[in-house]
Amino acid sequence: MIQVRGLTKAFGPKKVLRGIDLDVAPGEFLTLVGPNGAGKTTFLRILATLSRATGGDALIGGVSVAEHPAQVRRNIGLVSHRTLLYDDLTAVENLQFYGRMYDVPHLDARIEEVLRQVDLYFRRHDPVRTYSRGMQQRLSIARAILHDPPVMLMDEPYTGLDVQATAMLRTVLQSLAASGRTVVMTTHDLELGLDVADRVAILSGGKIGFRAAARDISIHEFRRVYAEQTAG
Amino acid sequence: MGFLRKVAAVAWKDLRAEWRTREVFSAMFVFALLIIIIFNFALELRAENARVLVPGILWVAFTFSGMLGLNRSFIQEKDRGSLEGLLLCPVDRSAIYLGKMLANSALMALVAVFILPVSFVLFNLSFGALPMIVVVTALGTVGFAGVGTLFSAMAVNTRAREVMLPLLLFPVAVPLIIAAVKLTAGIMDGVPGAELARWWQLLVGFDAIFFTLSFMTFDYVIEE
Amino acid sequence: MALRKDAWLWVLGILAFAGILVAGYLALIYAPPAEGFVGQAEPAQRIFYFHVPAAWTGFLAFFVTFVASIAYLWKGGRKWDILAACSAEIGLVFTTMVVVTGPIWAKPTWGVWWTWSDPKLVTAAILWLIYFGYIMLRRMVEDDARRARFSAVLGIIGFVDVPIVFGAARWWGQSVAHPIVVSGGGFDVAPKMLTALMFSLAVFTVMYVVILTLRVRAERLADEVDALKERE
Repeated sequence: MIQVRGLTKAFGPKKVLRGIDLDVAPGEFLTLVGPNGAGKTTFLRILATLSRATGGDALIGGVSVAEHPAQVRRNIGLVSHRTLLYDDLTAVENLQFYGRMYDVPHLDARIEEVLRQVDLYFRRHDPVRTYSRGMQQRLSIARAILHDPPVMLMDEPYTGLDVQATAMLRTVLQSLAASGRTVVMTTHDLELGLDVADRVAILSGGKIGFRAAARDISIHEFRRVYAEQTAG
Repeated sequence: MGFLRKVAAVAWKDLRAEWRTREVFSAMFVFALLIIIIFNFALELRAENARVLVPGILWVAFTFSGMLGLNRSFIQEKDRGSLEGLLLCPVDRSAIYLGKMLANSALMALVAVFILPVSFVLFNLSFGALPMIVVVTALGTVGFAGVGTLFSAMAVNTRAREVMLPLLLFPVAVPLIIAAVKLTAGIMDGVPGAELARWWQLLVGFDAIFFTLSFMTFDYVIEE
Repeated sequence: MALRKDAWLWVLGILAFAGILVAGYLALIYAPPAEGFVGQAEPAQRIFYFHVPAAWTGFLAFFVTFVASIAYLWKGGRKWDILAACSAEIGLVFTTMVVVTGPIWAKPTWGVWWTWSDPKLVTAAILWLIYFGYIMLRRMVEDDARRARFSAVLGIIGFVDVPIVFGAARWWGQSVAHPIVVSGGGFDVAPKMLTALMFSLAVFTVMYVVILTLRVRAERLADEVDALKERE
């Protein structure tokens, strides 16, 4: 579903990504971990067509991110650690706006559907400003799946969530994984990352230093390898 | 047409969000009012010279308060990260431009709707000239918002972003301001239409040229 | 500068330098005094031989910026960005000369430092502001690619505005009742004066080319230094 070949990104003279090669199979849940500044967010933003790579390319659903970004956008949903929501509008109004921008058919029915999925239907007419961080995150996910994209990109979705919200997010992620969508999630929490994933990879120093199937590795091993990879 | 629907969605979203708090509109309106009042004292307006100075004062009020609104257009989006939400959508960037430009024009026009009658009262001007002046204001506002939306998208990405917009916009908008003031003054003084023809041409021409340029180059400005 | 490779640059540079001296002679001594100028106005009028070429060269520089800006947006490539930026800088310097020499000429000649009725002077002032904004914009944008794109857009819009500003200023100047009617020269240009003017024009243009070349090179070297720094 996603094929990344030799992706590089430099900000002026500073090289952040130094050649990423990665494959994500359809329906697979990949967790990408790495220290702060490793380039996880940059990588995800390139996949989300928000940023342009300086070299290499990525194919999402067979469409090149560099050459046909508009086409790619239909197929992806992004959940960032920023909500991408309009605080002064209600949940319904936010989703109506995004629904129109994505040409979502039967919009009102779809809005009800996703709101129920993330358990926010009861607060749908309240302005987003009044939501807790966890609720905003869930609405953000609702926004991202509104147009039913086959690919979900999630950038550190656990950031700033309390225990309850984390548990709820975990449930949502598991249902995402079960829904057959292809998911790429970045996080620096190794345990949470390993938990929901089918596969894991470590991004360090601008390159993928390690990859494995999630069930083949224990959390302790994972921590050890991570410490090794990020030490240099 | 999908494109126009999305333009409408963007414009409507901006206006609806603004309507919830009305923060920016209030700031713009009060700022415009303050400018008029301060100019009244600064220029020692009396009945005789009021008519000569009012067109200029009006347009200073409109453009300076318009600047506030233009800044809001993108600063809010950028700070809350919702600009990326917009960019994620499979929509032509020019649709974003058009939607925001319409929302900005609407805000500026709304301010003018209140300010014009107020200033006519404050300066004891006859209301007969008002309809045509509304037309001039509409055209001037659209032109200002046209290139102003483009520049504010740029300014929001710079270090001194509140200062950048006026610095870039005012020099470029000089012909617009000249035409708008000339027309406002001409209409108020009852100058025959034929003499004002060239200013109408300038105003409409400016609007058309810079709207087109902004529409075409917005893509380069909004992408990362 | 390598001697043989840059022979042309050396030649031009020396010509320009010599040319300035000759132009000075032509302007101050060779050219006859303009008719109708008396007293202080007479030598002040001779600024004309620098004022006009400076205006022309400034305009040429901004035209180069305009073309380079279009080229950058159309084809990309740092070289166009460098060309646009350097030319704009030089253009600003020449425009500063125009705006400074204008009043120096105007005061003894017409008794006023400045007049808003003169469309050329007004356009020069607005031009100065537009390209000052251009330089400021470049300073305030951190990302290289973004800076280049923004400048290119401004380079195009600014230049397109120039004839419109001129037209508007001219109409405005005509409509305002003003005791002093100013036109570009305001005097008959004798053949000798034309010679001095044309020569000055040529010298200024050559100077522009030389300075631009040097400036562009300096910029390229700076780029190379940055690239080397990053490699460490």
